[in-house]
Amino acid sequence: MTTIKRPDGRKPDEIRPMKAKVGIVPNADGSAMFQFGETVAIAAVYGPKELHPRNQRNPEKGTLRCTYNMISFSVDDRIRPGPSRRSMEISKISEWALEPVVMIGKYPGTVVDVHIQILQANASTRCAGINAAAMALAHAGIPMKDLVSSISIGKLDKSLVVDVNKAEEDWEEGEGATDMAMSFTSSKGKLTHIQLDGHITSKQLKEAVRLGREAIKKVYALQKKALKNVGEEISE
Amino acid sequence: MTIETPKLTIDRIRQYLTEGKRFDGRKLDEFRKLEIEFGVSNKAEGSARVKLGETEVIVGVKMDVGTPYPDSPDKGNLMVTAELLPLSSPRIDLGPPKFEAIEIGRVVDRGLRESHFIEFDKLCMEEGKKVWTIYVDIYTINDDGNLLDAAGIGAIAALKVAEIPKYDKENEKVLFGESSGKKVPLSKEIPISITAYKIGNEVVVDPTREEQDAAETKITTGITNGIIASMQKGESEDIDLETFEKMIDLSEKTWHDLNKKIEKFLK
Repeated sequence: MTTIKRPDGRKPDEIRPMKAKVGIVPNADGSAMFQFGETVAIAAVYGPKELHPRNQRNPEKGTLRCTYNMISFSVDDRIRPGPSRRSMEISKISEWALEPVVMIGKYPGTVVDVHIQILQANASTRCAGINAAAMALAHAGIPMKDLVSSISIGKLDKSLVVDVNKAEEDWEEGEGATDMAMSFTSSKGKLTHIQLDGHITSKQLKEAVRLGREAIKKVYALQKKALKNVGEEISE
Repeated sequence: MTIETPKLTIDRIRQYLTEGKRFDGRKLDEFRKLEIEFGVSNKAEGSARVKLGETEVIVGVKMDVGTPYPDSPDKGNLMVTAELLPLSSPRIDLGPPKFEAIEIGRVVDRGLRESHFIEFDKLCMEEGKKVWTIYVDIYTINDDGNLLDAAGIGAIAALKVAEIPKYDKENEKVLFGESSGKKVPLSKEIPISITAYKIGNEVVVDPTREEQDAAETKITTGITNGIIASMQKGESEDIDLETFEKMIDLSEKTWHDLNKKIEKFLK
């Protein structure tokens, strides 16, 4: 791997300082905060509960429903409150990322609601959101096969880096930036979500995914530690 | 938290109140523990987190350059919005803003405006053409009652720490993240909104969610330096004048103590 000087001086495989806390919304059945550097996500889980409207109920199994949203003052240019095409897509992506581990087959007709809010954004918000959501689901006592851990891998010019920040997302030198958000089942390391924007060879993409799978081990360790210490803010 | 407060609980709350007691041991004019933290988002010009017991809201101030309204060509603009996040309570459904969110935005807006807390004339850049617009956005994180007053306190706190960003005149662009070093122009005295809730024949402030469910009606009073500058009655039950006066007196009495508590965080 060629080396590159990252804007904030991190090593290529260095994740920004992470923080996590479980139990942040008293009303919720489960809740958590996850932070990659300046990117802060919170998530709350309600359910399983009866799904309304009725016609959306699945008589075979429970439904997982995620909503991802950025608060208006989480970025420089104020976001008009309410859903956007972007937030609706990320909501669905988060649902798909988490569904493989959530065992709600035994709760037909019900819904488990996962609400994700980004309080402060400096790229990789969907990854932070998915990490917080996975912890909130576990905190809510929803039966799960595994946890989910998410990370972004970037390609800046020709070099791969872990946990992309805003300055890196906007990288213009050389081949520019390729941004890859990916999520894995935490202990098995199976892929549950991947998105890519940019341009990359299949060889390097495979390398990027392996790099991501290695990086989530640190994310997973922090998630587990926070789940064991409810109410405490855990830093690495 | 349950979706609805059982009637039995509501009856018990009322019965307790006739003896001057509340479930959590507070006096009728006593607020829960207030906590204010700053810097929820470093992308905001100013932001704050307010906790009243288990109720929690976050408020952010964003600014932008816009055109003034025709009836106030030399004054800045203010826009207050509130969102009741489904994250904050099992009672809140997804979907367009419900009345309670609109009410919070409107009542906080009125409290800020009528008290002349923001010096709008100092937010004018070019008369009739260019003024600063201040957005105050309120989000609920956990609803355990009295979101209205928590939102009002959050708005003041976020405004107090807000710094105006730099403006690039040549390119007509706001340089977010670069402070001009100037704070948002505010008057010294802070406007505080206190909502008195009528439950049976008693009046309380800062209700928990259960107590708020037991209430029939409420009055929000905006007080600055002991002077009332805004008011709004909510919910449909009528109030006799004796009770009305009791509600005003209670809000005024509470104001002295709450004002000191808030000022302590703002220093």
